[in-house]
Amino acid sequence: MKKDMTCIVCPIGCQMTIEEKADGTYEVTGNTCKRGPKYAINEMTNPTRVIPTTVVIKNAMLPRLPVKTAEPIPKGQIFDAMAVINQVVVEAPVKTGDVVIKDLLGLGIDVVATRTMDKC
Amino acid sequence: MIYDVVILGGGPAGLAAAVEAKNDGAEQVLILERDRELGGILNQCIHNGFGLHTFNEELTGPEYAERYIQKVIDLNIPYMLDTMVLDMHDNGDLKSIHVINEENGYMIIETKAVVLTMGCRERTSGAIGIPGYRPSGVFTAGTAQRFINMEGYMPGKEVVILGSGDIGLIMARRMTLEGAHVQAVCELMPYSNGLVRNIVQCLDDYDIPLKLSHTITFIHGKDRLEGVTVAKVDEKLKVIPGTEEYIPCDTLLLSVGLIPENEITRNAGVVMDNRTNGAIVGELRQTSMPGVFACGNVVHVHDLVDFVSEEAVLAGKGAAKYIKGDLDTEITFTTTNGDGIGYVVPQQVAMKNVEEKVTFYMRVRQVFQDKVVNAYIGDQLIATKKEKKLLPAEMVNFKISKDVLAQYPAGEIRFVVEEAK
Repeated sequence: MKKDMTCIVCPIGCQMTIEEKADGTYEVTGNTCKRGPKYAINEMTNPTRVIPTTVVIKNAMLPRLPVKTAEPIPKGQIFDAMAVINQVVVEAPVKTGDVVIKDLLGLGIDVVATRTMDKC
Repeated sequence: MIYDVVILGGGPAGLAAAVEAKNDGAEQVLILERDRELGGILNQCIHNGFGLHTFNEELTGPEYAERYIQKVIDLNIPYMLDTMVLDMHDNGDLKSIHVINEENGYMIIETKAVVLTMGCRERTSGAIGIPGYRPSGVFTAGTAQRFINMEGYMPGKEVVILGSGDIGLIMARRMTLEGAHVQAVCELMPYSNGLVRNIVQCLDDYDIPLKLSHTITFIHGKDRLEGVTVAKVDEKLKVIPGTEEYIPCDTLLLSVGLIPENEITRNAGVVMDNRTNGAIVGELRQTSMPGVFACGNVVHVHDLVDFVSEEAVLAGKGAAKYIKGDLDTEITFTTTNGDGIGYVVPQQVAMKNVEEKVTFYMRVRQVFQDKVVNAYIGDQLIATKKEKKLLPAEMVNFKISKDVLAQYPAGEIRFVVEEAK
């Protein structure tokens, strides 16, 4: 498999091409430093992202509480994660770091609050 | 009561400036904030990527804000919320700040020093004058961001975004995650105005097309937006006839630039720079009005909050020095932007206030590959910064040590983009 991608390790944004060889190794071209191939291989084999979003909160100053996955989750499961997160309703007060969803999608990763919201 | 330092705005710049001023010995510090809470724009920037330079970790906007809010609380720095600053007057040694809020009505607050940290606001559809109707469904990207992330409203389902500034890119992803379909991001220029990281993680990740050299030529729909006409532009940014394409949509987000919010600054008579639309400032962010400092997006629009915090530390330091009578006013150097550079901040340097180095912030006018930024005093090359790629979207951060600057008695420091030797 062959894939084109833009490197985001630094602002240069090298246009790289990564190709999987028959022996299972990867060949990366277009990079200008050694951090490029590392990023490209990771993007090819196990791309992950932190998902920052919101959940409904009751009895707070605002109706939405910002949350994030405490660790990056596999890119392919982002929309499954959103479907679960959007079902959640929490009650104020909440503190930054409080767990809102434990073990999201069985990934062993929690969804945590990213701000403190008092009851009001 | 006479304050030592009053800070106009409780966003990232105001918070960091307050903390620094207090730590540097200003006793009576007060933050004035017009919103119902501290934190400013960071409260709606729920995405991650903040704090890589300041805290060496990747935080969301609210988390970044909370770290500074906690410092303000720990230092017992008072703040007034829901409080609007109307005007600022220079009465020599004291400044008077005219303020209004629901609890106290109209007040005049007296202070020895002021730090201006009002931030910036978005350019609106009125500012760019797109032909067509004015239906509902046209939002600035930041307004949509606040609706979704704080108020819990979804602005629409079929989305086109005009302008590839960072907020537009972030909102393309945010709307997609919440179930909307983002059809395209149109950018007038042949390059994006957003960070590379955001193009990859907000557009490429979700297969959202970025249409460079494209603009919107007509807004359709009388009550609610029904669609937009998109067309390609040539090198002179003129629409190429025959390239028009109709895209049906119910929502148009605009991410077409930010304007420093300087009504108070201008009314007070502070000398402005028409390149940045902010005040002319010195190395400690002192303005032309003695005792008045400015930092953050009200001085020039930053792309990373980390650099706002860095700049706010300078202003907080400057304000504390000023009230102690330690701020030197003799300007040693002025700065100017030569070929390829749009602006330079600070515009002035008083060498006696410089500790180890001066960091000059600047933006290039266009994309450059394998060039250098050179700093000259007269014909003398004093410093060089090599960059593989220079983008208008990424602020250049050019540090020159005190030792280098001290070799020159005075003059103008000129920054230019040149061929690498």
